[in-house]
Amino acid sequence: MTSAATALPFRSRTWARVGWLALAAYVVYACAQLDVSAERIASGLANAAHFFGRMFPPNFARWDLLVKGLKESLEIAMLASALGIALSLPIGFVAARNLMPAWVSWPARLVIVAARSFHPVIVAIVFVKAVGFGALAGILALTVASIGFIGKLFAEAIEEISLKQVEAVRATGAPFMSVVAFGVLPQVFARFIGFCTYQLDSNLRNSTMVGIVGAGGIGGTLFAAFQRFDYDYVCAILISIIALIMAGELLAMGVRAIFIDGLSLADLFRGRVGRLAAQGERHLEDD
Amino acid sequence: MLSLRHLAKSYVPGKPVLNDINLDIAARGITAIIGPSGTGKSTLIRCINRLVEPSAGEIEFQGEDLVGLSRKALRRARRRIGMVFQEYNLVERLTVMENVLSGRLGYVSPWRAWRRKFPPEDIARAFELLGVVGLAAFAGSRADSLSGGQRQRVGIARAVMQQPAVLLADEPTSSLDPKTSVEIMQLLADIARDRDIPVVINMHDVELAKRFADRIIGMSAGSVVFDGPPGNLSDATLKTIYGGEDWLQ
Amino acid sequence: MTEAAHDLAWRRFTPAQRIARFAVYLAIIAGIVVSIQSVEVIPEFLADAPDQVADLFARMWPIDLAYYPRGVHAALMETIHIASLGTLLSLVLALPIGLLAAHNLCPSTPVNLFAKLILVSSRSVNSLVWALLFVGIFGPGALAGTLAIAFRSIGFVGKLFGEALEETSHGPIEALDAAGAPALSRLAYGYWPQVKPAFWSIALFRWDINVRESAVLGLVGAGGIGMTLDAALNLFQWERVAVILLAIFAIVILAEVIVTVVRNRVL
Repeated sequence: MTSAATALPFRSRTWARVGWLALAAYVVYACAQLDVSAERIASGLANAAHFFGRMFPPNFARWDLLVKGLKESLEIAMLASALGIALSLPIGFVAARNLMPAWVSWPARLVIVAARSFHPVIVAIVFVKAVGFGALAGILALTVASIGFIGKLFAEAIEEISLKQVEAVRATGAPFMSVVAFGVLPQVFARFIGFCTYQLDSNLRNSTMVGIVGAGGIGGTLFAAFQRFDYDYVCAILISIIALIMAGELLAMGVRAIFIDGLSLADLFRGRVGRLAAQGERHLEDD
Repeated sequence: MLSLRHLAKSYVPGKPVLNDINLDIAARGITAIIGPSGTGKSTLIRCINRLVEPSAGEIEFQGEDLVGLSRKALRRARRRIGMVFQEYNLVERLTVMENVLSGRLGYVSPWRAWRRKFPPEDIARAFELLGVVGLAAFAGSRADSLSGGQRQRVGIARAVMQQPAVLLADEPTSSLDPKTSVEIMQLLADIARDRDIPVVINMHDVELAKRFADRIIGMSAGSVVFDGPPGNLSDATLKTIYGGEDWLQ
Repeated sequence: MTEAAHDLAWRRFTPAQRIARFAVYLAIIAGIVVSIQSVEVIPEFLADAPDQVADLFARMWPIDLAYYPRGVHAALMETIHIASLGTLLSLVLALPIGLLAAHNLCPSTPVNLFAKLILVSSRSVNSLVWALLFVGIFGPGALAGTLAIAFRSIGFVGKLFGEALEETSHGPIEALDAAGAPALSRLAYGYWPQVKPAFWSIALFRWDINVRESAVLGLVGAGGIGMTLDAALNLFQWERVAVILLAIFAIVILAEVIVTVVRNRVL
């Protein structure tokens, strides 16, 4: 009997089996730790039916408060994105190890890591303590989050550029800023626009939430409605939030189409979204 | 016009890549540097405009020594030295026109460069150069949509756009097929003749060198072992440059 | 010599493109100006800010490290369980939805759109808001937190998984079809091996984010260390707040390290 005949046709799957078993064991263990039992889920589901009954139909009666809250969230997102982008450009650029010496890039990288380490809500709590309740705390908290995201990705994008293109521009005798403008930025521009539009959407999502800790926006209205058991109003608010965020994503696609694919307004109205914009910055998700 | 005196370079101390190079480049004609890989041809070319820093020696260009220059002065000097690269080194996401215009970046302020406000004479000359290299129809195309030969033509247009006093070419045809290589060499020869610009080319194709160059410099093990017209390049000399064990060191 | 047709003027963008770009710039600037004007910034508070921050740090020192074993550790473990179970649940739920959203697997466009709608809604509602919802249904505690994490993550996992599915190569699928494989086998032998590495990478990525998210869910009552944080904040016990924040920072870093190690070793 040759060894080929006795060899197994499939690779040993023992490790995979062990992995699945371990996972299953963990699920059982964790559920016990969290006091998750079938009865709780069942009683919860019964409650859920009751709950959804109270949510529908959504109640838009207090729409003026709703619109005010949404407007504030939108403003928080816009200002946080603008400030965040403005600050991330220099910080991210300086953090690129292939263009900057280590004593300059490491502090910048530290700033970026620090900005990413804390959840925006926690940062918002600190800012509420520092500058008081209201939109300013929200703006500052989301600016920090933006720096963490755009700064990191921008630095990575710069570290991936082809230095040969940069070398050729340097060889023409161009000053440093011109080398950056013609050699570095064209290579990262498309990705940078993708980061910025993603962060605007992300800030829009988060701005609806920082209000829960008092940092302005619709989050506060939503939280209050929950506490008053005004579930139909809650439903109205949620629907509005989803609509706002979807609108934001559409606008982001439009901006990408204009700047990356070079589409005109007429093209957009005709529904041509552009190859690159439709793909978005694929695989770009950070929260 | 361009003189190299006692030029030396070691990347690793004790292992010199260039040994005491002494060369004078005249103000016209095509000079081809040949030799096996690793013998320092590329290093030599790149030392001239200090893309690679020489370890020792002087580079006299239009009356000043490039080696001691400050960054600002070096930039001014580089404006007058055009360079063509093996892998074209175009900025791929920019258009052909923007790549050609980047040859003038040494003369335009960064702010105007950012806003792409180049003087009309530069734009006119860019169009003219694109015509000369045969790419007038491609001015608005993105550089990465071009073939290798076309990209190298843009690279040449960019270098000539600087109105340089000397044109350096670092293996300009090594990434191209034989037919395109001849076309590019012909283009360089025509430009050298029509615009009276001396060209220093570093190449590994000996036949191409013999066909187009006025002067051939053969390098082996970091030193110049042959310097003269192509007609004097005998097979024995070639064997010394390429075939012997000297370059192994 | 020069071709008159070129006009000797070079435009970087066509007029239509310039209008579009200008419109975007205008909209951005208008948006920022309007926002600055309507956002209420009380100047005294802003001027006061450095003092407030200094005061905050003063109150946090010395950090009450002794509080950790008693009040923090159990909650921290609960947070990790919430994150892990929530991620696992989201994988189970997102897989079918991701399949339905990928056009090359499910050719029906209305179904694609509906699945994408579910994914977008899941992503648009913040995990904190999901937590509020589930606390309303299931009452306060870790169950609400786990479900909140799960439902928020469906959109993330589904979107990235759908993208991975859309990028599979058609060759192996064709071969299976030619051999007459039924639909389920097509999925299991044709698509799954191609997306498996991406899938686990997405799962790890989301788990990492969920650890960070789970830590704050307790602020609305959904279990985990957030509840301890909420209690300490309400009682102004800043030294405890400090140790809680430190603990959160520590597990976030730990999660990143675990993910990096697993990524490099296994994936």
